[in-house]
Amino acid sequence: MDSSSNILSLLIWVPIVGGLLTLAVGDRRGAMGRVTALAFAIITLLISLSLWNGFDRSTHLMQFVELIPWIEPFNINYHLGVDGISMPFIVLTSFITVIVVIAGWEVIQDRNSQYMAAFLIMTGLMNGVFAALDAILFYIFWEAMLIPMFIIIGVWGGPKRVYATIKFFLYTFLGSVFMLISLLWLYSESNTFSILAYHDLKIGMTAQMLIFFAFLLAFAVKVPMWPVHTWLPDAHVEAPTGGSVVLAAIMLKMGAYGFLRFSLPIVPDASSELDTFMITLSLIAVVYIGFVALVQQDMKKLIAYSSISHMGFVTLGFFIPFMIFKQSGSMEGAAIGVEGALAQMISHGFISAAMFLSVGVLYDRLHSREIGDYGGVANTMPAFAAFMLFFSMANAGLPGTSGFVGEFMVILGSFRANFWIAFLAASTLILGAAYTLWMYKRVVYGKIGNDGVAGLSDMNKREFLMMAILAAAVLAMGLYPAPVIDVMHASVDHLLQQITISKL
Amino acid sequence: MEMKSVYLAIVLAPLIGSVLAGIFGHWMERKIAHIVTIGGVAVAFLLSLLVFQDTAINGNTFNGNVYTWMVSGGISFHVGFLVDQLTAMMLVVVSFVSLMVHIYTIGYMQEDPGYKRFFSYISLFTFAMFMLVMSNNFMQLFFGWEAVGVVSYLLIGFWFQKETAIYANLKAFLVNRVGDFGFLLGIAGVLLYFGSLDYAEVFSRTDGVVGQTINIWGDSEWSVMTLICILLFIGAMGKSAQVPLHVWLPDSMEGPTPISALIHAATMVTAGIFMVARMSPLFELSETALSVVMVIGAITALFMGFLGLVQHDIKRVVAYSTLSQLGYMTVALGASAYAAGVFHLMTHAFFKALLFLAAGSVIIAMHHEQDMRNMGGLKRYMPITYWTSLVGSLALIGFPGFAGFFSKDAIIEAVHASNTAGSTFAYIAVLLGVFITALYSFRMFFLVFHGEPRFLGSAHHDQGEEAHEDHGIHTAHAPHETPWVVTGPLIALAIPSVIIGALFVEPMLFAGFFGDAIQVKPEHDVLAPLGANFHGIMGFILHGMMAPPFWLAMAGVGTAYYFYMMRPDIPEAIKQRFSGIHALLENKYGFDSFNEIFFAGGSRGIGGLLWKFGDTKLIDGLMVNGSAYGVGKIAAVIRHLQSGYLYHYAFAMIIGLLTMLAWVLYR
Repeated sequence: MDSSSNILSLLIWVPIVGGLLTLAVGDRRGAMGRVTALAFAIITLLISLSLWNGFDRSTHLMQFVELIPWIEPFNINYHLGVDGISMPFIVLTSFITVIVVIAGWEVIQDRNSQYMAAFLIMTGLMNGVFAALDAILFYIFWEAMLIPMFIIIGVWGGPKRVYATIKFFLYTFLGSVFMLISLLWLYSESNTFSILAYHDLKIGMTAQMLIFFAFLLAFAVKVPMWPVHTWLPDAHVEAPTGGSVVLAAIMLKMGAYGFLRFSLPIVPDASSELDTFMITLSLIAVVYIGFVALVQQDMKKLIAYSSISHMGFVTLGFFIPFMIFKQSGSMEGAAIGVEGALAQMISHGFISAAMFLSVGVLYDRLHSREIGDYGGVANTMPAFAAFMLFFSMANAGLPGTSGFVGEFMVILGSFRANFWIAFLAASTLILGAAYTLWMYKRVVYGKIGNDGVAGLSDMNKREFLMMAILAAAVLAMGLYPAPVIDVMHASVDHLLQQITISKL
Repeated sequence: MEMKSVYLAIVLAPLIGSVLAGIFGHWMERKIAHIVTIGGVAVAFLLSLLVFQDTAINGNTFNGNVYTWMVSGGISFHVGFLVDQLTAMMLVVVSFVSLMVHIYTIGYMQEDPGYKRFFSYISLFTFAMFMLVMSNNFMQLFFGWEAVGVVSYLLIGFWFQKETAIYANLKAFLVNRVGDFGFLLGIAGVLLYFGSLDYAEVFSRTDGVVGQTINIWGDSEWSVMTLICILLFIGAMGKSAQVPLHVWLPDSMEGPTPISALIHAATMVTAGIFMVARMSPLFELSETALSVVMVIGAITALFMGFLGLVQHDIKRVVAYSTLSQLGYMTVALGASAYAAGVFHLMTHAFFKALLFLAAGSVIIAMHHEQDMRNMGGLKRYMPITYWTSLVGSLALIGFPGFAGFFSKDAIIEAVHASNTAGSTFAYIAVLLGVFITALYSFRMFFLVFHGEPRFLGSAHHDQGEEAHEDHGIHTAHAPHETPWVVTGPLIALAIPSVIIGALFVEPMLFAGFFGDAIQVKPEHDVLAPLGANFHGIMGFILHGMMAPPFWLAMAGVGTAYYFYMMRPDIPEAIKQRFSGIHALLENKYGFDSFNEIFFAGGSRGIGGLLWKFGDTKLIDGLMVNGSAYGVGKIAAVIRHLQSGYLYHYAFAMIIGLLTMLAWVLYR
């Protein structure tokens, strides 16, 4: 571990500079803009891989720390660092960016360079969210990241993009404001903006409760948890494919990450007090949303609802340990819940990206997301049908794909807490398969549904490439998740230890 | 350690074949595609024989891990192999039947555009099945379990343009998922109470779990062992098609016939039987679970047999017969006669694969006609198919000396001797089932091969809904025997259908062939008294010929001959006389309509309701847009503050933020 390393800064600023350069090159020089964008995306990914390689798996302490005083009167610092919880998401973000650039390569005709630039800048900001250890720095990245996404939906989005962007922005912004107030309160108590210092701060129960709900508003909207989820289907439907991919693969993870970095360690007593409440909301997301997904006619809406349902497993896994601890007095076997939730987050990054890209491939050809406008796609696009089947199965949690890992772990963990929690969570085995495969049946199988489908051409090399990369990732993590899980152990164990210590 | 590489090779050979034919099939000739896949399975078969020799004859067993899948919460999850006598037997059965089906497919799928894809799928299936039977832990078992399910899904829907096929494959997958739902909960229970997912570890810790109870509902305390066993058995009910999760199997006949033989008769559907036998150390510890297993099995054995009587589609008769026979195996498990259940699994794999492939041979000869009402008199056109079918049918009904005789008799005797609650009902069911089995088997046999040909001169008869649409050509020329790639496997399967029972009855049932792989409590051991009375094969056969099952089977054959050869008006009259019962059977006891209305329709209804009222009306309508409306109302009052200039707002925001900051920092 190199203490003078600035690799995290590179991961934030390289894509941002790359984005600005892409803007500067513009669309006038042919493909130069997107080539620049792709180059910077790949460089970022390579840097993130060296982050992965250099990461020390044996400690829960922050690594690759950078600490530079920034606004000294208020004790605000440019403070970066990663542990086993945040590091995988920086790699995931950098990975998804490359996919998104490839996905938008020739599909985005209008202002291609600006589109690419928005994504690169957003990548830097999202990496910042995962790396920030200063509350103000975190908040800045957290809010700033919305701007490119707002632009992406607003400029390259569908016909109802204005309603969707406003809904998206108001929802997420409203939640964030309460988080800011909490952060300011924490500063007034501790005279620091260091998130790690907050972890050790003693806080009374009333204050913990208030802070918990303030954080909950910010994070639950992002995840999104029921009942603050309705912005997501609208945003996805209007977003261009790349926007949907980043939204599902990365942005939803930020809310979940917030629970682990803020809610659980800063206000453990309130978290413990409200565990049943949070578990209930999570299970509603899994079951209720599973049923809602079943009846969707729009493919993107269906996958959006499926995302909410899958994210229910994440929040479920986070709050299961509290219940286990109350019952058994120890955290033995609780780590599988949290690690399963983290595995689910990473896996969902791959699978939701792949599912949205699949819809994108179809949308680019027929300009419809309606299930009813398709049928028999396998006849004209066999290679695509094979990939989409693989991703659909992964979405339904098939063992051997990454989709299984997290769900399996969370179900194992929740059985320890309560049989009925596991029972309800496991219902996703049926519901998830039902909504995903029923959609697949109606879109891909059957006789050729109409002239549009009859005229479809199979994937081109570029589309094949992005699908193959994601398929490899889904398969690799499904067959051998150990490397991904090993990274988390030390940090998760530390977190579980932290939350058993009362702060009252 | 060299056996470990053999095990790996067994698993990987069909996988490699499948990947080559599936991914690189595009650049391959058809012939190359079937050579690589058949080659892979042939290698697996030969190595399986080697393993059988090493394990079953030399007595070497293996339990070891290949790699650590993951470690979390202090628990290690592995991918590894357990190769004991039970595994070795399954390996030989699976690889042999798979090899036969591979070869048969060359003939059956000859004209199909999806030829290479089909070979890739069946090899992939073989890989998944190996992973299932060779697993040494619950996680990998679940992997194999789901993987065979997926390939089954792919193969049932192989002709994906056919609406009935893609309905059937979705149904099969979802019904199986209902079973897997229970199965996964069972696995989670195992992990919680045994602290491991490794078979050996789990089985060694049963003493600590036996007395434990769990509170599921209200004040009632459940035995943990019973709960876990029943949950695991729900998984077996899905995969092995036990009532009420049997509904997918008859519909799975929409798939091409080779996979009906391989997956939906010989191997995959027996995975549940294998699993329960594998878990015998657990099931032995719960009387309640054993009773549940036995009663469910008995219901399946008898009532699914009845349905075979009213089917016209040749494949569906065999399918219901499979359901009924799976019921027999399950009954054996419930009677703690695991060895008899697994023995029947083995004999059934051979003769049922044979019957399916023979049915397929008939279907080819009839140009993809599957309705028995349009067949008849085929004996003289296709002698090899005829004689092999006869062998399969005799084995199925348990004619003395044939494979099925030994295994079925053992089950019936075992149930007779069992004291598990429900064994009287089960005994009556399996006994009555013998008559029914003989009746539907020979009804089919006579309708297809004997009597007057009903296909000549009716070029434009009704095709029947199950007839394969792609091959709706009805040529005028007479049917003829199928090529050797089809008849070869029939003969190869007919041989074990005759001899395998006599060969293995003594070692498997009475001489402890399975060693420690199957564990039975002494007070449950119903096979031991049978063994005490066992004095050689001939004695067993002679004893069998004097026992009621034999006479019931003969009565069944006789009735079939009388009804369908001599007096076809009688079954017709019965149909008229008992039209209510007939309608009940025709509707398959109403399971399908109930599921369609209650579960499928109900789920869609709930989904629609939650979406329209929950999301759209309540959350979006009332809360989101409602607050927006409220804000709008208030804003109308204070709109004078709104200038419409962005910089005004930005300015106001900054002022607000600063005020807030100032208040917090300097209060």
